[in-house]
Amino acid sequence: MSVETVVPFVMVLIAALLPLSLLPVMIWAERKVSAFIQDRTGPNRAEILGIRLGGVIHAIADVVKLMSKEEMTPARVNRFYFVLGPFLALFVPLVSFAIIPLADSLNLGGTVIPLRAVTLNVGILFVLAVTSFHVYAVVFGAWASNNSFTLLGGLRSAAQMISYELGLGLSVVGTVMVAQSLDLGRIVEHQGGTLLGFLPAWNLFLQPLGFLIFLVCIFAETNRNPFDLTEGESEIVGYHLEYSSMKFAMFFMGEYIAIIGASAVTATLFFGGYQVPYLDTDFLRAHSTGVLRVMLVSMGAICFVLALLYRRYHRRLTALYHDRRRNEARMLGGMMLLMGLAAVVALLFVSPLPEAGGQVVVAAVQMTTLLVKILVVSFFFIWIRWTLPRFRYDQLMGLGWKVLIPLALLNIFLTGALLVFSGRT
Amino acid sequence: MIGVRKIGRPMDLKERSYLVEVARGLAISMAHFARNVVKQDEMPTIQYPEEKRVLPERFRGRHRLTQREDGTPRCVACFCCQTACPADCISIEATEREDGYEKVPARFDLNILRCVFCGLCVEACPCDAIRMDTGKYELSGDDRGSLIYDLNTLLKD
Repeated sequence: MSVETVVPFVMVLIAALLPLSLLPVMIWAERKVSAFIQDRTGPNRAEILGIRLGGVIHAIADVVKLMSKEEMTPARVNRFYFVLGPFLALFVPLVSFAIIPLADSLNLGGTVIPLRAVTLNVGILFVLAVTSFHVYAVVFGAWASNNSFTLLGGLRSAAQMISYELGLGLSVVGTVMVAQSLDLGRIVEHQGGTLLGFLPAWNLFLQPLGFLIFLVCIFAETNRNPFDLTEGESEIVGYHLEYSSMKFAMFFMGEYIAIIGASAVTATLFFGGYQVPYLDTDFLRAHSTGVLRVMLVSMGAICFVLALLYRRYHRRLTALYHDRRRNEARMLGGMMLLMGLAAVVALLFVSPLPEAGGQVVVAAVQMTTLLVKILVVSFFFIWIRWTLPRFRYDQLMGLGWKVLIPLALLNIFLTGALLVFSGRT
Repeated sequence: MIGVRKIGRPMDLKERSYLVEVARGLAISMAHFARNVVKQDEMPTIQYPEEKRVLPERFRGRHRLTQREDGTPRCVACFCCQTACPADCISIEATEREDGYEKVPARFDLNILRCVFCGLCVEACPCDAIRMDTGKYELSGDDRGSLIYDLNTLLKD
């Protein structure tokens, strides 16, 4: 097995498993962030041997609950489409992750290995095409349920998603014009370096209007607040009324994976993707040993800080609980301490890295950067949800057609004019 | 005919773009979030059942029957509490007593499932025999029978 075959395989694995493993984190973050914004403590009861991880264990409890619930299929539904709906809802957002460049391509003695699952030179079109497939999941689920209310809900959301796809597609055109390529790898490469000497050359600063339109449209595309009229959990009947148990969970999980996928696309298009601000790939590769040292130092520092925080937390736990839950902070804090010590020990044994090893280290740093950016954008999704009220349907359509699409066209015009006058075409 | 009257409430560009107000809203929710992350101890949530709310002095909890110095109930089975009770949750059976006092309850059943915790029984009692000062409010049981408290249970507290 040569490196050229192993690396793409690993990349496919990462692209498939990263969103899935971020899913419980997202569900946890949604609950915890909403709780903190509303001055509550959020979930903190579910435990395994006293370990609660601040509520993460609730995700496992949810899975157990949803798996053991009764699976209902209403009479006279179209069974094929009824099952296909939730599967598509989960599958489609996962696919869009395949196209994201996770790090700069490896360059091993002349052979270039791109670090992403699929290398397409029309990457951005693929993303748009795949996200528009999400409509099918909704429409299949809505229509196949054999229920007028779900059909209405499905029509409502299909209209919404199709309307905002226009704005979405048009808002991306500006970025494509700036990078002069549809390839996401090219777009990210173009965002390396700095603007005016102090800003990272992210499309966020080159395309502020485009970014704003893109952000609003992506919220509508993923059916998040303030555009979550598709579900409208508490008020209106949505398309997944007839779904129960794991099929409902698949819609639910699909929604969160869509958020992660949308965050990844946003990070790639507007926040410089895997680019570490101010440090480009060549610089990082030239100093790979130093990078490794900095990584280990920061890892050790984070672990020690966490261990200290756990020590403080331990005092609170022992004052409050008198069962096995009181040991949690001690266990996790000890683990953090061990990890910090391991980082320190590893730091002592770092020797200058060979070329290939250095490139792998740099790739790891860049993947971490991308992950941080994805998490920040995902946090923004949650943050918005617990701040803004929902739009009315006519306001939603008005915003999409009368404001965002003209603005996106204006953005394209302005970008084109600027590019022509600055002589960059 | 139905007409639509438009009320002039013109918004300028700043208001119509929503962006300023959205940013302000985000700042408010972020302030709450940050404060609660940093100062988790100061959150108003009480971690019941580990932590319990401090009850006010006059909190009306589960009833108890008071005792004389010799351990017999103060209750003279006058039926005042049973009469006063709006929820009809007290039922008393009286019996005679030899040592000077005329009446004592033979049975004193208090159905806590019906009780509305109004405290009228306490007000009505001429002998200070029934009080609601136990501070107990976690009243649950496995069956209905266990929630109808009899004389001995009420005397114990």
